[in-house]
Amino acid sequence: MRELRYREALREAMLEEMERDERIFLMGEEVGHYQGAYKVSEGLLDKFGERRVIDTPIAEAGFAGVGIGAAMAGLRPIIEFMTWNFSFVAFDQIISNAAKVHQMSAGAIQVPIVFRGPNGAAKQVASQHSHSSAPFYTHIPGLYVIQPSTPRDAKGLLKSAIRSNNPIIFLEGETLYGVKGEVPDEGVEELIPIGQSRLARPGTDCTIVTWGRPYYTVLAAAEKLGAEGIECEVIDPRTLRPLDTALMVQSVKKTNRCVVVHEHWPYGGPGAEIVDRLQREAFDYLDAPLERVTGLDVPMPYALNLEDQVLPTEERVIDAVKRVSYAK
Amino acid sequence: MMVIRRFEEEAARNYAKGKIGGFLHLYIGQEAIAVAAAEVLENRDYVFQTYRDHGTALARGMSANAAMAELFGKDTGCSRGLGGSMHFFDVERNFLGGWGIVGGHLALAAGTAFKSKYMGEDRVTACFFGDGSTNIGGFHEAMSLAGLWKLPVVFICENNQYAMGTPLERTSPLKDLSIKGEGYGMVGDRFEGHDVEVVQKHVAEAVDRARTGGGPTFVEILTYRFRGHSMSDPAKYRSRTELEQKKQQDPIVVVRERLLGLDVDENTLDDIDLEVDEEIDAAVRFADESAPARQDVMMSTVLAPETDS
Repeated sequence: MRELRYREALREAMLEEMERDERIFLMGEEVGHYQGAYKVSEGLLDKFGERRVIDTPIAEAGFAGVGIGAAMAGLRPIIEFMTWNFSFVAFDQIISNAAKVHQMSAGAIQVPIVFRGPNGAAKQVASQHSHSSAPFYTHIPGLYVIQPSTPRDAKGLLKSAIRSNNPIIFLEGETLYGVKGEVPDEGVEELIPIGQSRLARPGTDCTIVTWGRPYYTVLAAAEKLGAEGIECEVIDPRTLRPLDTALMVQSVKKTNRCVVVHEHWPYGGPGAEIVDRLQREAFDYLDAPLERVTGLDVPMPYALNLEDQVLPTEERVIDAVKRVSYAK
Repeated sequence: MMVIRRFEEEAARNYAKGKIGGFLHLYIGQEAIAVAAAEVLENRDYVFQTYRDHGTALARGMSANAAMAELFGKDTGCSRGLGGSMHFFDVERNFLGGWGIVGGHLALAAGTAFKSKYMGEDRVTACFFGDGSTNIGGFHEAMSLAGLWKLPVVFICENNQYAMGTPLERTSPLKDLSIKGEGYGMVGDRFEGHDVEVVQKHVAEAVDRARTGGGPTFVEILTYRFRGHSMSDPAKYRSRTELEQKKQQDPIVVVRERLLGLDVDENTLDDIDLEVDEEIDAAVRFADESAPARQDVMMSTVLAPETDS
């Protein structure tokens, strides 16, 4: 193992896959000459040239659609949204076209495409640039939705996503690009299967399900709770559609309580879906109501003190764990 | 053209009988365009159409059986009953849909054209849409990228004068839509669409341009639909006089008169009509007798299999 930053892990995944398969190309705003708005694609233009690393005008609906059409005809595009906030102007392309054509054509047409880019709040970028986008896309049959928390998952899942025959929503963490973590050594290929949860921290007293940016908030909170004698088991679903609840159910059967922590708004979405499934699949094992710690149900404010209140905090996680544990 | 005309008339009849559900948009009056374009295009070329897609699919070579069975929601339909009137597909003939969101399929067409260029293939994409599509963002973004990258695509605007029930003069400040092509660095063309030979000549020029690396063309074809926007539309927004006047230019009447003028025997043409009648009657029987759409196909086609990627 070696240490890589999250952005470097993503870059390696694209580089390795593009070397393997000429049908793969990267398209988006500033992905080439500018080297990526967040430098994820740095160096790829030099390596693969303008044929396969393609700068676009600011026209998300246009280039998302071009990607889908190219995928329908047999190419395997990676479409970068500079941020997922801008995917909303391409929403129709993803929902009405990418997610539908395989079934609409009775399976005759496949859409092997990856839409990727940074998702969620960054720091003080305010209302229109802070969407945690998973709920919009997890609602749609015909899509896979992946949101990796660590560099290793980012690389292994992006490689699997690129090899998939289906449209993939790949949500990267805007604040996670600089995070360092262990990634398999060069030459060691790891494909992490889509739709598998991961045990991030073993524990016995309370299950916490979390992903994305709050993953790190939860791990820090779990350390503090451990010092107080409450050992949390942390599970990262990694893929939000399809959702693998097996590990969560197994854990809840042991801990008898669970808190789900996510950045997206509380109304619906994968957070609510997980709670719904756990109360049915582990009903007899629960000693407390399932709790959620979510982004607050408001558009993201600009002021830093308010933004800090909107996003899940260690304190709110600790409070929730204590509530379901009936501890003070 | 007769196959399309009779097919559409029979579809309308069976819609009234309750055999066909949902939305049904007929191509009656516009037949010359689909037929002329099909004549020009090769089987390897990609074709996209809006929800008014029956005529284009039939012209492309889809059987009346597969088309009618799709309208009836049957497993033998071209989309196995999962698509319906608006979502015809026939990948063997590279007919890539029947799309239901106005302007949403133009970028897909730019996408298949992108693929042709990327792979160095000699394949053109033809993308059909209506005058109503030319105001929505999807149109402009697709045109932007196709023009910028000089993609081998022909954008064919079938200007039937009405965006659903709203006439062109109330949706566009321009009377001549073809000049929009200029804004995206592509050639524009504009002509009447009731004479199949005229359409063929103009579309051939655009297809040749795309095939020989000359980039995209924006083709505006002036046409007219004799029916309402869909079956639920009595078309009260236009006058009887206007309709009757346009029917003087019925593309089928035009071609029939030309053939008679070329000393083609009237009986020969009547025989063709009879043959077509039989074909369409058979298609209705086939659709009626076919097995219903299948639940297992519905469930198994939500996602593509993950083999041989």
